[in-house]
Amino acid sequence: MSLRIVVTVKYVPDATGDRHFADDLTVDRDDVDGLLSELDEYAVEQALQISENSDDDVEITVLTVGPEDAKDALRKALSMGADKAIHVEDDDLHGTDAIGTSLVLAKAVEKAGYDLVVSGMASTDGTMGVVPALLAERLGVPQVTLLSEVSVEGGTVRGRRDGDSATEQLEASLPAVVSVTDQSGEARYPSFKGIMAAKKKPVESWDLSDLEIDEDEVGLENAWTAVDSAAERPARTAGTIVKDEGEGGKQLAAFLAERKFV
Amino acid sequence: MAEVLVYVDHVDGAVRKPTLELLTLARRVGEPVAVALGAGAGDTAAALAEHGAVKVLTHEAAEYADYLVVPKVDALQAAVEAVSPAAVLVPSSAEGKEIAARLALRLGSGIITDAIDLEAGDEGPVATQSVFAAAFTTRSRVSKGTPVITVKPNSAAVEAAPAAGAAEALSVTFSAAATGTKVTARTPRESTGRPELTEAAIVVSGGRGVNGAENFAIIEALADSLGAAVGASRAAVDAGWYPHTNQVGQTGKSVSPQLYIASGISGAIQHRAGMQTSKTIVAINKDAEAPIFELVDYGIVGDLFDVVPQLTEEVKTRKG
Ligand SMILES: Cc1cc2nc3c(=O)[nH]c(=O)nc-3n(C[C@H](O)[C@H](O)[C@H](O)COP(=O)(O)OP(=O)(O)OC[C@H]3O[C@@H](n4cnc5c(N)ncnc54)[C@H](O)[C@@H]3O)c2cc1C
Ligand SMILES: Nc1ncnc2c1ncn2[C@@H]1O[C@H](COP(=O)(O)O)[C@@H](O)[C@H]1O
Repeated sequence: MSLRIVVTVKYVPDATGDRHFADDLTVDRDDVDGLLSELDEYAVEQALQISENSDDDVEITVLTVGPEDAKDALRKALSMGADKAIHVEDDDLHGTDAIGTSLVLAKAVEKAGYDLVVSGMASTDGTMGVVPALLAERLGVPQVTLLSEVSVEGGTVRGRRDGDSATEQLEASLPAVVSVTDQSGEARYPSFKGIMAAKKKPVESWDLSDLEIDEDEVGLENAWTAVDSAAERPARTAGTIVKDEGEGGKQLAAFLAERKFV
Repeated sequence: MAEVLVYVDHVDGAVRKPTLELLTLARRVGEPVAVALGAGAGDTAAALAEHGAVKVLTHEAAEYADYLVVPKVDALQAAVEAVSPAAVLVPSSAEGKEIAARLALRLGSGIITDAIDLEAGDEGPVATQSVFAAAFTTRSRVSKGTPVITVKPNSAAVEAAPAAGAAEALSVTFSAAATGTKVTARTPRESTGRPELTEAAIVVSGGRGVNGAENFAIIEALADSLGAAVGASRAAVDAGWYPHTNQVGQTGKSVSPQLYIASGISGAIQHRAGMQTSKTIVAINKDAEAPIFELVDYGIVGDLFDVVPQLTEEVKTRKG
């Protein structure tokens, strides 16, 4: 038996950098340093663990849709231990929204061939947390999402979802789309050996025509949503900061009373 | 006036506060028609009517609890087909966003998540969002299909606006995909007796500075004196001092209370992402250079083990 896992990873602007919008109100991906979304490292990690715990022949492909620099994200995932990578890159993809991205990912996943898709819980730039559900809807396979624990055995995927009001144990047959949270376990650091090996691993590049997607199905002009304005949030007016000289708690209580919280 | 569908978040018929807030926003865009699913759905009608629902579509079936997400998408889709609404509004929880996204895809519509405000516009509802850890505020629209928009808790006031709101049975045929992901066990979260983190007017949070699970009693005591919910930074959660369900931040809950009190929290960007839209922010930290102080309305540079208990006592005294 073999198990084909596709891990979807996004290349995002560094959250600790100066993130901002470009003139066309898309996320500026040129002026800000990018990296593999930290939340997708957890997806790569769980795919590796599924592979390590499996008696099957497991092949892990990492897939990204993004600009040229997004290759960095693929390299990082390969150096963690994934086997090969696919980069979907096309100028017409600029400004594609979540619905459009899910279309591209679905076509690419189908072309690659898969038994299991593993995604992160959310991208750290868009933070929507909807692409895995959209992918499952498009592929017509079960979604087993937001898992803090995941395992695959005999064609069945199981996992634990810590929801708002309850913890649920979930179960579905493969093929399926899984997403994992940052509670699923620390992601490994690439080893020196891993980094060297990654240089030799295959990275395929696909464009829209490879996926038989029309240019009018994606991109900013054809997005299902439109951003009309983006304004920097005014800096918060400087507050009062006092050093505790023994009365700090009382001073704070007085402030809260003044603001009618007490 | 056009109708607007509002997805109801309820626990056995008890409507949760974010849904009532959603009705306030829905009334700006059209006439709210609520959709309540699962056990107790019929019991939601009175509360929904009181807050402006002109109609409450209900459907009870075991599938909603036994399978993940898809049965709810099937039902909302049936409601959209029955009502032809001008928009669909869903509370922004992890599940709410997944339901909304799949619905939007089926309708050929766009989706906006985590709106913090909503207004009527010439080209449909205009959503305000707070992005890049609240560094920017955007205004967006859905440009194709029936707008599907999820709205964060605490984005609007709950307002009484009595309307007819009679319950009406919704007819739902489940899709083949509905039973794809089985819920094989469910353990409800135990209630702490404190307000829900995302719904609370006041949140009191502790971070690495709290330095131990047992010390969270100090944070809880302050929270209880103020009637607040308790939050924690990821550092405190990762250390095992407080449950993940209480984590505030990018990968935890996003909160927007009237008052946020951070103790022993440095204010990393991922933490700020979940609390920066709070109305009043207070911090207690022994490091005057901690980035959290850039956000505060009032900050105390000091040891939380001195300041917090003194604050709690003083609040109790003032409250008598
Ligand atoms: C992808 C990703 C997602 C993340 N998601 C989240 C998230 O959802 N939520 C989150 O919180 N973090 C998140 N983080 C982690 C975040 O980057 C920080 O590491 C974390 O917020 C730090 O928690 P902290 O402020 O409690 O700890 P620290 O940064 O260690 O700060 C502790 C503070 O306590 C102060 N202190 C210590 N002792 C005392 C005392 N006795 N009295 C007063 N002050 C004291 C110190 O001066 C210090 O400022 C995420 C990180 C990544 C990469
Ligand atoms: N452009 C992309 N390329 C590859 N994977 C993506 C992309 N966008 C989103 N994803 C995947 O979908 C998850 C959720 O993203 P989002 O819904 O955008 O928050 C991410 O953690 C990724 O696994």
